[in-house]
Amino acid sequence: MKKLFGPLAVLAAVLFAVAPFLIANAPYESTMLLIQKIFYFHVPSWIGMYCGLAVAAVASVWYLFKGSKAADRYAVSAAELIVVFGLNGLISGPLWARKAWGVWWQWDVKLTSALLLWLMFVAYLLVRKYGGPGSEKLAAAVAIFGAAVSPFVYVSVNIWRTMHPKTSVVPDIIKNPQGMAAPLLVSMAAFVVLFILLLNLRVALAERQDALDELYLALED
Amino acid sequence: MIRRFCVAVMSMLLLAAPLAAQPPQGQSEFVPVNGLPESEKLPAAPLLVVAYAVFLVLMIFYVWTVWRRLNKVEADMRALEQRTVKGGR
Repeated sequence: MKKLFGPLAVLAAVLFAVAPFLIANAPYESTMLLIQKIFYFHVPSWIGMYCGLAVAAVASVWYLFKGSKAADRYAVSAAELIVVFGLNGLISGPLWARKAWGVWWQWDVKLTSALLLWLMFVAYLLVRKYGGPGSEKLAAAVAIFGAAVSPFVYVSVNIWRTMHPKTSVVPDIIKNPQGMAAPLLVSMAAFVVLFILLLNLRVALAERQDALDELYLALED
Repeated sequence: MIRRFCVAVMSMLLLAAPLAAQPPQGQSEFVPVNGLPESEKLPAAPLLVVAYAVFLVLMIFYVWTVWRRLNKVEADMRALEQRTVKGGR
């Protein structure tokens, strides 16, 4: 992965350089007009968060059943990125809602469940930081629970009545490209590549922290 | 006589003050209008710019925190290695 870090960083830079031009030239949505362009960074933020959920879930299961330290490093790194990408989604959403709906926040099922999911991973990080020895297993269970809940957050807009657009919006844009597909896909790709880069950076930090802990233990012995 | 007059004036002032401090009466009805004046419309551009700026700031801040933690771990490792070398002597 270290060999791929440079090319991926270049790819991310290119995608993030191209995306604003595509977004600026994308057509306006008929009812929301200019403010709808937040969509091109809002949806990819959640995609970044869902990438993190997938990594955290698989790594946590792996850690619980195999006891792999490497899997634990991936889990904690992914959890931190879930909080970062989720925070971006939770900030960009209200900025969009203020203009589109006239309110910053609506306590409907989609927004509330997304906030709770995000808080679950804030709790994960707090457990890791302040939980003491053995908190890794408890945190892994929290991550698995969070990942298991996440599909319900995604489909909640189709089940309950909510002001949030339905899940059909994104597939519809990709199926019927009218100038909105290219900026969306480029932004999504940029966020996924950024997620991979940040994950690797954070895993490298976790590896060094574990090496330091081992050094301390060796010194005590 | 003057004393009674002063008491009367003071009493009136004391009664008038709370009445004057009352908030204005609430709206009894809402009158609908069609269309919003331009000055009342919320502009979209600042919200859009803030949304993109937040993302940029958030990512820069996160990378900075990782870099800072990495530097701290490296410094701790160097200090520990030096302690080990000194202890070995």
